[in-house]
Amino acid sequence: MAKVLLTARGVGVKRSDRYILRGADLTLEAGKIVTLIGPNGAGKTTLVRSVLGLIQTDEGSIERLPDLRIGYMPQKLHLEPSLPLSVLRFLTLTGKSGSELDEVGQITGIEHLYKQPMQQLSGGETQRVLLARALLRDPQLLVLDEPVQGVDVTGQAALYSLINDIRKQRQCGVLLVSHDLHLVMATTDIVVCLNQHVCCSGHPQAVTNDPAYLALFGEQLKPQIALYTHHHDHQHDALGNIVENEPASHHHCNHDHA
Amino acid sequence: MPDFLLLALLAGLGVAVMAGPLGSFAVWRRMAYFGDTLAHSALLGVSLGLLLEINLNLAVILGCVLLALALVALQQNRFLATDTLLGILSHSTLAVGLITVSLFSNSRIDLLAYLFGDILSVTRGDVITVWIIAITVIGLLTRLWRPLLAITVHEELAQVEGIRVTAVRTSLMLLMALVIAIAMKVVGVLLITALLIIPAAASRRLTHTPEQMAIGASLLACFAVVGGLTASFWWDSPPGPSIVLAATGFFILSFFKKQTT
Repeated sequence: MAKVLLTARGVGVKRSDRYILRGADLTLEAGKIVTLIGPNGAGKTTLVRSVLGLIQTDEGSIERLPDLRIGYMPQKLHLEPSLPLSVLRFLTLTGKSGSELDEVGQITGIEHLYKQPMQQLSGGETQRVLLARALLRDPQLLVLDEPVQGVDVTGQAALYSLINDIRKQRQCGVLLVSHDLHLVMATTDIVVCLNQHVCCSGHPQAVTNDPAYLALFGEQLKPQIALYTHHHDHQHDALGNIVENEPASHHHCNHDHA
Repeated sequence: MPDFLLLALLAGLGVAVMAGPLGSFAVWRRMAYFGDTLAHSALLGVSLGLLLEINLNLAVILGCVLLALALVALQQNRFLATDTLLGILSHSTLAVGLITVSLFSNSRIDLLAYLFGDILSVTRGDVITVWIIAITVIGLLTRLWRPLLAITVHEELAQVEGIRVTAVRTSLMLLMALVIAIAMKVVGVLLITALLIIPAAASRRLTHTPEQMAIGASLLACFAVVGGLTASFWWDSPPGPSIVLAATGFFILSFFKKQTT
């Protein structure tokens, strides 16, 4: 049994008297990757912020291991152009330097960027630098909010495999937010599907077959369909052949098809 | 050099030294409007001082500090955007300040001195006050530098990394209130923000790290004080605006340097 880092029970968060998240349970263990998926507005970020202790919860409890070291990779980093900040200076804002910095720089492959200003990094480079900063805390728990945002497809796969390697090497727990389950399937241990409450959770394969998951994400799997509302003057049989309207021997005809 | 000019120079340099790093934060955190609001509330402090008959320097510092705290509190519940809040506070404090000061103006108060500064009339005591505050402010800034920079880059990231964000942010606002209260004597209520922002903006193009930019801003602000006072001495131009104009000159000159980062 892996060491439990954090347990959230029945977490609820209210915004102006309306729950934007309710009854969320979450267990994070050392060496395990938990992926949070759900549509926009499902409360993914709210749950993450509760886990991080950035917001107060209105219901439920969150138990953290005492002095839990969390490495956090925020969704976005907006930097004022007026702030002259090199990658190296950004990383040393953690107060870490020397051998720790060298090691993390090597793992994330950003050493060649140290002298660059933060504002001139590409999307993928920014994400790697943010990951490096999270790792500098020598975290027991890594919290990654949409880590592959603004990264091209090959970069996304590389970044996920890097996260997976880090998890294996350091045996840290990982909480990942994503809205694309397919990319993270291979490396995820547990998927939590969120839509203002926990719809379903479990192993990735099990979740993808769960009716609650399909109800939320099934739409994305189909090609785009445009609906055209009209009356039918005929009906189809089971094979799709047109059959003329007959006087009703059974009462199912002449309703509108959308 | 005449005594009054030496005192003016010393007071001006003290303010300039503080203006560099704080002005840099004002630029990085987009606090220009916040600075204006604080400056206007300094005038409210003056009127409070007159009404309560307490030391005016103290009253100004109190006014600024109270307003900074009120802003911190108001920003917690975001029912109005920060710039709207600032607009309301800024102009109502200015209005109250102007009315009160004008009621007293026939006898004891020179309104123009408060609006545009009266650096040539600083006393030995003023100079000592400025430098005590300057040393305190620089000391505190040095201590808080890394957390301040961390919350400027990303507040939530800093909080997760264990920095007490609200405390650090409040300290910055209080430091700014203190500097603005004391800078009022030098450049006046309407030009304080300029002395904070312009040297920092000019320094941006010449530097590559936050620390360089802050120190560069201090140096440029010092040059601006020297330049402004020189101009004021030779051409009898009003000293406060001359200092600001000298800083603007540096800002324009900074554009001639090719920016590398």
